[in-house]
Amino acid sequence: MKLVIILLSAIFVNNFVLSRFLGICPFLGVSKKVETAVGMGLAVTFVMALASVITWIVQRLVLDILGIAYMQTIAFILVIAGLVQFVEMVIKKTSPTLYQALGVYLPLITTNCAVLGVAILNIDSGYNLIETLINGIGGALGFTLAIVLFAGIRERLETAPYPKALDGFPIALIAASLMSIAFLGFSGLL
Amino acid sequence: MKLWKDFTNGIIKENPTLRLVLGTCPTLAVTTAVFNGIGMGIAATAVLIGSNLIISLINKIVPNEVRIPIYIVVIATFVTAVQMLIKAYSPALDSALGIFIPLIVVNCIILARAESFASKNPPLNSIMDGIGMGIGFTLALLIISAVREIFGAGTFLGMPIFGEAFEPALILILPPGGFLVFGLTIALVNKLTAKKA
Repeated sequence: MKLVIILLSAIFVNNFVLSRFLGICPFLGVSKKVETAVGMGLAVTFVMALASVITWIVQRLVLDILGIAYMQTIAFILVIAGLVQFVEMVIKKTSPTLYQALGVYLPLITTNCAVLGVAILNIDSGYNLIETLINGIGGALGFTLAIVLFAGIRERLETAPYPKALDGFPIALIAASLMSIAFLGFSGLL
Repeated sequence: MKLWKDFTNGIIKENPTLRLVLGTCPTLAVTTAVFNGIGMGIAATAVLIGSNLIISLINKIVPNEVRIPIYIVVIATFVTAVQMLIKAYSPALDSALGIFIPLIVVNCIILARAESFASKNPPLNSIMDGIGMGIGFTLALLIISAVREIFGAGTFLGMPIFGEAFEPALILILPPGGFLVFGLTIALVNKLTAKKA
């Protein structure tokens, strides 16, 4: 039951993009088309699930035991950077089709703060390994949901009339604000 | 003269937040109160100055292929130091900013300045650039957090500024208000600069 709550909370109530403000850069940068948004979402889901588990293991088995928890930030960002590189190589070898679909977005994920954010949140919340995995997957699915919905809205915005000063980021941020209001409605869910 | 130009560049012309739209996550997340906004601005400025200086000093000996991981380690080191200082001297700020302090590592402003400025310019210029960009970031956070705190909570730096009758627009300090105020601020800057040109 607790796992279901963690999952639903990460996807809807505490949506990473719309209520925790993590991963805003790719959310604004890679959301002009639904197709690319789906690709980015898949890549992030994959990396976030893996990164959650690996950083948890690093924290519990290396940093805690050696008593160097203050190295957390440095250790985690190195793990994530290495992981992204590794995932890129594995996908390239095993599935050229998937690599072509995700290729461009993979390196960008290193600087996606949602990945480092979920890793640190897992440790701060004191989750065990299974809860960590569920939280990572839930957070990533929430990110995917938000970015795909947002890309749909932006495709429609292209043809909408609005004041010239709002062109580009401002109108996107205002649209995101309205989406965020809609997601506030989920807060009564749990 | 060149130093002065490097310094002012980040404040208005290439303001990292309002013109280049970098570092959006902390901008949205910590601007619910002016105190948090200024705290985040100062923390990021400190990291920016330190990382710009070191990266500009080591850029000759860093192999090109592995420069990004090396930059990230340099930045993460400074972030860790800043994180410890905040924990020791201002526990209130530490709990208000929460995970956004370690997340300064992935703040795109810092990596962007390392890559596009500090790796190509001498140390003194890089420090000036760091200070300028830091002030630009802090100013943007200050403007956005002032709007959100004044109208969303009816206070400035925690002091009430309106009378009892004022009903704060709570939505502004909730997540949607962050997106809205940030969007409108960029729109306003665009509008003002478009007129000048």
